[in-house]
Amino acid sequence: MSEKELGQKWDRCLADAAIKVGAGLGLGIVFSVVFFKRRTFPIAFGTGTGLGMAYSNCQNDLRSPYLVHSNATKEQ
Amino acid sequence: MLRVCWKGANAAARNCLCGKVPVHPLQHCRRYTSAGNSGSAAGKIVAASILTVGGGLGGTILYAKWDPKFRANVEKSVPYSDQLFEMALGPPPPPFIPMQKKPVKAEPLQISSVSEASKDSKQPKAKSKAKEKQPEPAPVDPKPAVEEAPALPPQTIEEASAEAAHIISAMSEVQSVPAPGTSNEAVPAESEAQTSTVAAEECHECASHEPAVKERPGEEVAARLAQQDKAEQDALAALSFNLEDTLGFSAKLTLQAIGAQEAALTAIGTHTHRLREAMDSEDPPDKKSAQWRELEDALSERTRAVDQAGQSLLQAKEQLEKLRVVINGAKESKIEAARPQILAAEENLHSMIVDLDKVVTKVQAAQTEAKIVSQYSELVNEAKVQFQKELSSITPEVQANWKGLTGKLSADDLNSLIAHAHRRIDQLNRELAEQRVREQIRIEAALEQQKHEHQRAVDSAVDKAIQHNHEQLRLEQEKKMQEVREVMEAEMRTQLRRQAAAHTDHLRDVLKVQEQELREEAQEALSSKMMEQETQHRRLAQEQLDSFTLDMNSAYARLKGMEEAIDSHVVAEEEARKAHQLWLSVEALNYTLKTAAADAPTEPLEGAVRTIKESCAENEFAQALATALPDESLTRGVYSEASLRARFYGVRRLARRVALIDETRNSLYQYFLSYLQSILLFEKEQEAPPTKLAAQDLDTFKLLAYATYSIERGDLELAAKFVNQLHGESRRVAQDWLKEARLTLETKQVVSLLSAYANAVGLGTTQAP
Repeated sequence: MSEKELGQKWDRCLADAAIKVGAGLGLGIVFSVVFFKRRTFPIAFGTGTGLGMAYSNCQNDLRSPYLVHSNATKEQ
Repeated sequence: MLRVCWKGANAAARNCLCGKVPVHPLQHCRRYTSAGNSGSAAGKIVAASILTVGGGLGGTILYAKWDPKFRANVEKSVPYSDQLFEMALGPPPPPFIPMQKKPVKAEPLQISSVSEASKDSKQPKAKSKAKEKQPEPAPVDPKPAVEEAPALPPQTIEEASAEAAHIISAMSEVQSVPAPGTSNEAVPAESEAQTSTVAAEECHECASHEPAVKERPGEEVAARLAQQDKAEQDALAALSFNLEDTLGFSAKLTLQAIGAQEAALTAIGTHTHRLREAMDSEDPPDKKSAQWRELEDALSERTRAVDQAGQSLLQAKEQLEKLRVVINGAKESKIEAARPQILAAEENLHSMIVDLDKVVTKVQAAQTEAKIVSQYSELVNEAKVQFQKELSSITPEVQANWKGLTGKLSADDLNSLIAHAHRRIDQLNRELAEQRVREQIRIEAALEQQKHEHQRAVDSAVDKAIQHNHEQLRLEQEKKMQEVREVMEAEMRTQLRRQAAAHTDHLRDVLKVQEQELREEAQEALSSKMMEQETQHRRLAQEQLDSFTLDMNSAYARLKGMEEAIDSHVVAEEEARKAHQLWLSVEALNYTLKTAAADAPTEPLEGAVRTIKESCAENEFAQALATALPDESLTRGVYSEASLRARFYGVRRLARRVALIDETRNSLYQYFLSYLQSILLFEKEQEAPPTKLAAQDLDTFKLLAYATYSIERGDLELAAKFVNQLHGESRRVAQDWLKEARLTLETKQVVSLLSAYANAVGLGTTQAP
């Protein structure tokens, strides 16, 4: 079901985003707490990183059908 | 204008007419006046023409009279000239036919022409017969031909007999029996010559005909030859018998005659001798009388003997004539084999004649001598008587036989006797002288007579000798001829034998060759006939076979037909069954298609397809169609249209949302934008698609609108086509749906085809009642 794919992708994206943001947040919090004396930048940084990574992953995931692999060109 | 013309025309016409009228009398006058002139000219012309024509005709007729060829030519070329010629000259002369060479006509012929004819008859015969023969007009017949061999011998025999007849007539003193052959044979000679010439002519004609006439078959010829031989033999036997008979008889008579003649001769001889003796001897009277008696006896005997001899001679001559006649008859009979006999008979005849003549001459000589002697004796007697008379007159007393008187005579007597004697002596001397003179004359006369007689005798003797010689020569010639003929015959026989041998060899060879040829021919004929027969037989057999085969074939064909009919029936029924089954299975398939629940595909069509495949195992079309079903439909089943339709809306929504996303634009931002677009863009949900898609219709939303419209109208195919035109992410999103739609469409198509096919087959197989 190709029409479900997008939904699945979105789901994955969201899930991934959630995870990544959560993980980033968590890691930020942890870093902020541990290493950076409860400053907020690591949280933002971690969340941002998490969000960014999730955005990038989502984008990649959504782009994946359009990507041309080098080995394919080589094979061609 | 018209009127002017009309007037002009009228004027012209009137002028013409008027012009004519005054001319006529002039013309008439002219004619009258010129008649005289022209009359003479015309007359001259007419006369000249008549003269020419007449002259031509006359000349033609005259020339035709002279030259019939010209006449014929003219008659041929000019139609009725033959009648004219007949009128003028009389009928045409008869056509000139060159005289063909006719065979020799039967004219009164001479011997040369006969010989020529015989030669002619020989030559064509020689030519027509085998070519080995030399056409020698030899005196000997070159072949034992039966037809014209007698042509020549009769001729020689004719001549010989004529000559012999002449000889005989000349030879025989006894003219009382003239050789009957002389006069009679002159006529038969001619007639014989004529018959022989006729025969020769016939032979010639035969000869000339013979090449035209077919050869008589061998058996016939042999039979004829045998017949002829037999006839010849018979005739020969009869002839020889006859000949011998007559010969014997004539020989006997001749011998008799000769004997008689000799007897006469001896009688004459004795008589003469006796006479002489009587004359010369001076025996005493008694002896003399005895002598005279004896003489008389002898004389009587002589006369008797002579008569007898004459008679026997006559008889002999008669018989000889008969013999001659028989011989001539034998000669006429033309039998070859009798020739030696004839010759012998002739010889005998001749010898007999010769002997007879000799004897006759002897007898004649004896007779003349006897005459002389008698005359002498008479004279002597006379003289003696005279002397006796004188003596008696002188000495009357002295009687006869004065020789015995010696002492009886006196001196006077003696003197008178001596005087008488002297006177007698003187008388005798005078007589002697006279006699001498007369003797001389007489001697001369006698010599003359003697000469004449001698001449005659010599002539006759010479003639006789000549004739005898002639006859002898002729006989010799005949003998020689016979010998030569025999030799020739023998040689001829040997040559003929040789030729026969050669002929037989040649015949053998030719026969061999002919045999070969005939055998080959026969073989050929046989083989051809055999082949014919064989071919005929084969043909018949073939015909039979063909007919049988035909019958069989027809029966078989009928059987086959029946079988085929049955089979076709079976097949048709089978087909019907199959079609039915197919239809049923297709119906099953259709039914399975209908089993699609919402959102769930149908049951897998595999079973139905399998049944279809089973039901139409040999139907390629159905098989192809059945195999053409996509595997997915078989394994998984297809979605129904309704489900697809329902699904489409979802796809549509999604496609709208990702309308902007394609290869180039596929970031998240674009996604957001496309979402935004899809929310903000308002358009008709359904839009009727145009018949032709333009470039601007390839926009997603438009396409989707068209597709929606189509799908709402139930046209899934068109919707699928429109959806197929999507690009980018929309396409990707609609991919599955498209696939499913394709599947469904395919299946539906195939199934519809199958059902149509099944229907068609069912229609085809269902037989109208």
